[in-house]
Amino acid sequence: MPPFILISLIKAALIAFVLLTTLAYLQWIERKVIAHIQIRVGPYRVGPHGLLQPLADVVKLITKEGVIPSNVNKLFYLMAPWIAVVLALISIAVIPFGPEITVGPVTTWMQLTDLRIGILFVLAVSSIGVYGVALGGWASNNKYSLLGGLRSSAQMISYELPLALAVAAPLLLANTLSFRDMVNYQSGYWLGFIPRWNAIPEILGFVVFVIAGFAETNRVPFDLPEAENELVAGFHTEYSSMSFAAFFMAEYANMVTVTAVGTLLFLGGWTPPFPEPYSNAVPILVFAFGGLIAMYHGLNPARRMDRFTLPATGIVFLGIAALFGVSLFVPVLKTILMALFWFCGKIGILLFIFIWVRGTSPRFRYDQLMRFAWMFLFPLSMLNLLVTGLVVALSSK
Amino acid sequence: MTALIFFLFAGLAVFCGISLVVQTHPIASALSLIGVMGSLAILYLQLGGEFIAAAQVIVYAGAIMVLFVFVIMLLNAGAEGVSRGSSPLVRFLGIFLVAAFLGLISFTIQAMLPPSESVVFGAFQGGTALEIGRKLFTAYLLPFEVTSVLILIAIVGAMVLARKEI
Repeated sequence: MPPFILISLIKAALIAFVLLTTLAYLQWIERKVIAHIQIRVGPYRVGPHGLLQPLADVVKLITKEGVIPSNVNKLFYLMAPWIAVVLALISIAVIPFGPEITVGPVTTWMQLTDLRIGILFVLAVSSIGVYGVALGGWASNNKYSLLGGLRSSAQMISYELPLALAVAAPLLLANTLSFRDMVNYQSGYWLGFIPRWNAIPEILGFVVFVIAGFAETNRVPFDLPEAENELVAGFHTEYSSMSFAAFFMAEYANMVTVTAVGTLLFLGGWTPPFPEPYSNAVPILVFAFGGLIAMYHGLNPARRMDRFTLPATGIVFLGIAALFGVSLFVPVLKTILMALFWFCGKIGILLFIFIWVRGTSPRFRYDQLMRFAWMFLFPLSMLNLLVTGLVVALSSK
Repeated sequence: MTALIFFLFAGLAVFCGISLVVQTHPIASALSLIGVMGSLAILYLQLGGEFIAAAQVIVYAGAIMVLFVFVIMLLNAGAEGVSRGSSPLVRFLGIFLVAAFLGLISFTIQAMLPPSESVVFGAFQGGTALEIGRKLFTAYLLPFEVTSVLILIAIVGAMVLARKEI
């Protein structure tokens, strides 16, 4: 049994690498999806279908000059983006990706650490995260930045209440604060086929959570802190180079955290939506179908290069499908792959909804934003919590 | 290891506490206070008070201090000038007087308190959310309810005062 520290280091390195790559490519996916919503092609020049665009962006941001405007408070100005990004990345430490696995002599969870107060930890970290944005806006010595920072802190304080109340309802049901126990509570099926996910009894709470999640991550339609038609770019107007990249990364990392927490609390984490033997077929079918579509389009290529790239993509997809097929006979591989497939699939769907909304919905006015939080979401989440509490109290007797 | 972490964060708490008083800029002072609260949360965590630690960060650092910072930003308060009223001799003597005063206070407190056994990290197990909730709604129900009424009065009072201004 290798020492605990070694395993933790390996897991931390793996998670950090995967998370940072995901953040870079999330931006590419977002640009592509929005482009297709608006009937454009999006990034296309760097690599096939712009796949190397994130890499080019990273190089560009690193090599750019970091401008420090005159008369700014230098310490806070330079500190703010790193506060934002560090606090945004830290939450991933308590997010579980899958069940306990045994690889050779090592038995470990697909998670960095399980705190008994894991959910409170995520709430605490996200509640401090507002300082990055607020300080950055204030230290920039720019009225637009200041307004953006103020808006952002007011918005995040307001929407934290419905978010926390929406989170509290599944906690009452599962009677735990640990993500692991939360997922264990949601495994299993009602009547043998309806998943015991919290999103089904707590549909109201789930909707409130998603809406408040949009606001907490400063995404459209709640992106008032960076409303470009009134505030230039809001709190990060004055930022350039790596400081700007840090703010950008923080926004995407927050999105991943919110969707991951939503998946764990409401959508059953890594548990599949169908009972065991049927759910195993889903990833194989999905990837095989994708591969076959790519193959078919390779036969009727629209451009000359498609004759090679599309069959290659198809082969990769079929290979993944075959891997899932093989994994059915290797228990360890099956546990890892199935858990990752369902967890990433659910997060991916939620992230797609985030992007979809950004591509299709206009921005709130500021007073509408505040009224919506205090007059509608807050009472709704309160009501949801009260009803849940009542039901739990009555049923536990 | 636990002793190392304890001294690290205890030192950080003291450092941030001094910084809170010394800083001339309100935002810097507010951030120092957040540093104090964060360090205290780590110390609570070491003592086994995990729920208190999380509540400390969520309530104090994440909600109350955000409002502080928000108000400081709205008022756009700048750095305050350091007052230089007293002579160097008085300042020099002041250091000794403060040291003597603090020493006297700590001596008195130590003499008054009963001799305590040494703290063992990880020995206390009653800090989980479950335990605290149980205590709060059985043994301490009356203080809890009275406190909530007090907070309600404070909210109503704040609204009345604010309304007068309009």
